[in-house]
Amino acid sequence: MKETEKLLEIRHLHKDYGEGTILEDVSLDIHKGEVVVLIGPSGCGKSTFLRCINGLEPIQSGEIFLDGENIIANKTKWSEVRQKIGMVFQSYDLFPHMTVLDNILLGPTKVQRRDKKEATAEAEKLLERVGLLDRKDAYPRQLSGGQKQRVAIVRALIMKPEIMLFDEVTAALDPEMVREVLDVMLELAKSGSTMMIVTHEMQFARAVADKIVFLDGGEIVETGAPEDFFNSPKTERASRFLHTFTFDQVK
Amino acid sequence: MQDLGIRVLFMGNNFMRLLGGLWVTIQLSLISILLSVIFGILLGIVMTLKNPVTKCITRIYLEFIRIMPQLVLLFLVYFGATKAFGINLSGETSAVIVFTLWGTAEMGDLVRGALISIPKHQYESGAALGMENAQIYRYIIIPQTLRRLIPLSINLATRMIKTTSLIVMIGVVEVLKVGQQIIEANRYTVPDSALWIYVTIFFLYFLVCWPFSVLAGKLEKKWKN
Ligand SMILES: Nc1ncnc2c1ncn2[C@@H]1O[C@H](COP(=O)(O)OP(=O)(O)OP(=O)(O)O)[C@@H](O)[C@H]1O
Ligand SMILES: [Mg+2]
Repeated sequence: MKETEKLLEIRHLHKDYGEGTILEDVSLDIHKGEVVVLIGPSGCGKSTFLRCINGLEPIQSGEIFLDGENIIANKTKWSEVRQKIGMVFQSYDLFPHMTVLDNILLGPTKVQRRDKKEATAEAEKLLERVGLLDRKDAYPRQLSGGQKQRVAIVRALIMKPEIMLFDEVTAALDPEMVREVLDVMLELAKSGSTMMIVTHEMQFARAVADKIVFLDGGEIVETGAPEDFFNSPKTERASRFLHTFTFDQVK
Repeated sequence: MQDLGIRVLFMGNNFMRLLGGLWVTIQLSLISILLSVIFGILLGIVMTLKNPVTKCITRIYLEFIRIMPQLVLLFLVYFGATKAFGINLSGETSAVIVFTLWGTAEMGDLVRGALISIPKHQYESGAALGMENAQIYRYIIIPQTLRRLIPLSINLATRMIKTTSLIVMIGVVEVLKVGQQIIEANRYTVPDSALWIYVTIFFLYFLVCWPFSVLAGKLEKKWKN
């Protein structure tokens, strides 16, 4: 990875939910234009990690710097920080009472107070890019899961975030719809977006990532370039985890 | 003979008197409904709080109102208030008090149901877009809550209108009472006036409640998602 400026710096993040510790001393840098893929067994804290970054979960200690500014401070205006951090969740969570276009326009017009005409033009351009321009007046209930997720991505993108967080956005989709969503993310990666992706799709992780981060038991166990990580993981835990995705020949 | 019975409606100002009675019914219903909506929204919001004390109190209130037949509540307020506190409540005031108590409980439960039916993800998606709490409520939560709530509260309103017929028992001269008076007065001249009067009252109630039902059904269908 070439030396570009750090966009996100996470230092010694510690998170617990009262009883057990969920994330322990997690530190991670994300540079501008970098695609980091976070993998790890179920329940290891991947979603929690993403949610801490945009303040949906409070943390117990540690620091998070966005553009060099510590966002874990009392005076943090989360509504401003979150405009710079786009997030797409696993469950398709479009607003059911609004059309596709209105879903997308809510952020730019109400939060950023942008001109509605300009925002609409951009929304249409983005919809076109994900192949859904003809569905702009549809309601979420009229869309397939894959279509909803693509709209959710557009809804986050139109805010022009500096980094996008994706939390298993294909995990709830039927297999035949996974591809269309992953393709959108691949295209974003190619066009230079900074992204942090949680996924169980190992082929995709390998293709899209600049850096793989393996999380287990609430701590970062291994970090590496995708080729190195998938071909020759350095830690026993990582290789055991990767092994769960392959099958031994029966005959 | 039955075709003679209908005469009673057109004798004197009988029909106008019935309409006058209906107007009393409508007025008392509307006041109670309006108060119930206001207090019910507040109650519903309080019911969603995680505070065990408010939870317990609102629960008891709701159960109490639901278990009690409305007629018992009416007697309790109308006669009980006089006995216990020496206050002389008119039938109309007692009616408004009881129907507001009842409507508030039912409305509160509807509001609570509508509020908790909005998934947590809706709040979080709004927050993730950088919306402030007030904006999340204004653009995301309240519109969805209303869509669920309005058809249900219209149905509640029609139930309340129908149930006001009970206040005849505490001497309020509403449509049913007027009907009974007309029947009484014509007992000898028009012996089968009862049927006609009650059929007329039936249609009057129907005319008042039916449009609400249709509207509720339409909205429900339109907003289903
Ligand atoms: N609100 C909460 N309260 C208490 N514990 C929670 C809460 N949310 C998550 N947890 C716990 O935190 C741990 C990490 O959860 P998290 O959802 O971050 O895992 P994950 O890595 O995203 O898993 P998955 O791959 O299944 O999505 C789990 O053990 C979970 O039970
Ligand atoms: Mg998760």
